Amino acid sequence: MSIALEHVSYVYSPGTAYEKHALRDVSFEIPQGQFVGIIGHTGSGKSTLIQHLNGLVRATSGRVLYDGQNIYEDGYNMRELRTRVGLVFQYPEYQLFEVDVISDVCFGPKNQGLPQDECEKRAREALEHVGFPEKYYKQSPFELSGGQKRRVAIAGVLAMRPKVLILDEPTAGLDPKGRDEILDQISELHRKTGMTVILVSHSMEDVARYVERLIVMNHGEKMLDGTPREVFRHYKELEKVGLAAPQVTYVMHDLQARGFDVSPDATTIREAAEEILGSFRRSGKI
Amino acid sequence: MIRDITIGQYYPAESRIHRLDPRVKIVCTLLFLVSLFIQNSLPGYVIATIYLGCVIRLSKVPLKYILKGLKPVVILLLFTVVMNLFLTDGGEILVQFGIFTITENGLRTSVFMAVRLMYLVAGSSIMTFTTSPNGLTDGMEKLLHPLNRFNVPVHEVAMMMSIALRFIPILLEETDKIMKAQQARGADFESGNIIQRAKAMVPILVPLFVSAFRRANDLAMAMEARCYHGGDGRTKMKPLHYHGRDRAAYFITLIYLVIMFVVGRFLPFKLWIF
Repeated sequence: MSIALEHVSYVYSPGTAYEKHALRDVSFEIPQGQFVGIIGHTGSGKSTLIQHLNGLVRATSGRVLYDGQNIYEDGYNMRELRTRVGLVFQYPEYQLFEVDVISDVCFGPKNQGLPQDECEKRAREALEHVGFPEKYYKQSPFELSGGQKRRVAIAGVLAMRPKVLILDEPTAGLDPKGRDEILDQISELHRKTGMTVILVSHSMEDVARYVERLIVMNHGEKMLDGTPREVFRHYKELEKVGLAAPQVTYVMHDLQARGFDVSPDATTIREAAEEILGSFRRSGKI
Repeated sequence: MIRDITIGQYYPAESRIHRLDPRVKIVCTLLFLVSLFIQNSLPGYVIATIYLGCVIRLSKVPLKYILKGLKPVVILLLFTVVMNLFLTDGGEILVQFGIFTITENGLRTSVFMAVRLMYLVAGSSIMTFTTSPNGLTDGMEKLLHPLNRFNVPVHEVAMMMSIALRFIPILLEETDKIMKAQQARGADFESGNIIQRAKAMVPILVPLFVSAFRRANDLAMAMEARCYHGGDGRTKMKPLHYHGRDRAAYFITLIYLVIMFVVGRFLPFKLWIF
């Protein structure tokens, strides 16, 4: 159940003054169950990229393979694909429209043609996954707070039980608490269900904590692809394109430069702490 | 895709037409539209074609772009042609088929009407292609300024217009985004009968309205925060001034109008089949 891009390029408004190459020859494969982060600054093509994964945007050239099948083939069931590859857009709360929360979350399953009680069952399950309190199920989605709206919108995609979940900046505009909660719930979901999760973000810190693989986009091209450790080793190059490695990476590099016996590969605070303590232990200071 | 609608859009380029004062473009466009209606003969249309062709050429807007702008009016165009073709009496009968008759006059009127409509749209889209929305409303405001004396809120109307124009691309983009978001949830806008399709619009329209109100509210707040209080005593960053090229454009268009008038009045000769 892998998802793969082969030499995908995409051009906006070709042949006009607005022509713009959004993607240039991007290839990668994401196996089922991986937790992947896609990183790049504004305009690097990451949003366009993920819209290729469920066929909302058709590549100007190149192929997209889901489960080994070319999605641009004649007669390929795009709607089916979209229920398998769930895409949560940036600021997804702006897509809410129903009279109450539960019916809004039911919209996806209903489009799949499921019976009402099954829809409701899936909606409840999805809302539970994102930690949405049950007492608000019958409330209008427009009366909720920003963070709760976002949960409802994410649940709206989860209710289709996708095999792949793509989230475009799911934490944009949330406070630190809401951000951590949502990311923790997504990570939990990934562990429990084994679904592929693709997290798009421009915050290295957010992403480094959760993902097992990082794809860095720059000017529509894939710049780096590897584990966070491997990617952050190129922190100087990242800086050049307007991205930064997590703060701890800088601290560790500085420590190493000043003669401490530490490996600069730590990407999270916990790893860094262990590395520093380990270094002291090695030198016999504690 | 919804974004591909080109009518009413600005096409950025460096050209003589782009550099003209917006007032010139508004007035000349109006004169061009008038010129299409004061005559109805082949020579007149030839002259109009030459004028329009020169302007398009000078504007550096690709012809393909302008033709794309005609797409939305195709249905109206066909409707007009068919109506005129069958419902105009007079002249020699060319084809008769049951209750349908096509007369010489009918053919003539329908062809000219089609050309007129196309030129109407092409002429006005040249104006919007070459003038930024802000330029357009600035020009409009300045042109209508004398009406202030009759208590017409010219500035307010111009401001509303520029905001409305500014919102068109935003709302188009928003619609595009919402459509995609709902498609990602399995929504289907293409199949089904008319009632199902209308129903499928609800998940787009509700969020669109909500967001339009939200944006309007935000904008009003932002304007008030910057002490906007209407047009009194408000100055412009780039006041409009006429230059030599603007006077030249007026002059050329006036000559064109006079020629069209003369052709329409004094040369109403019928050429060949028309």
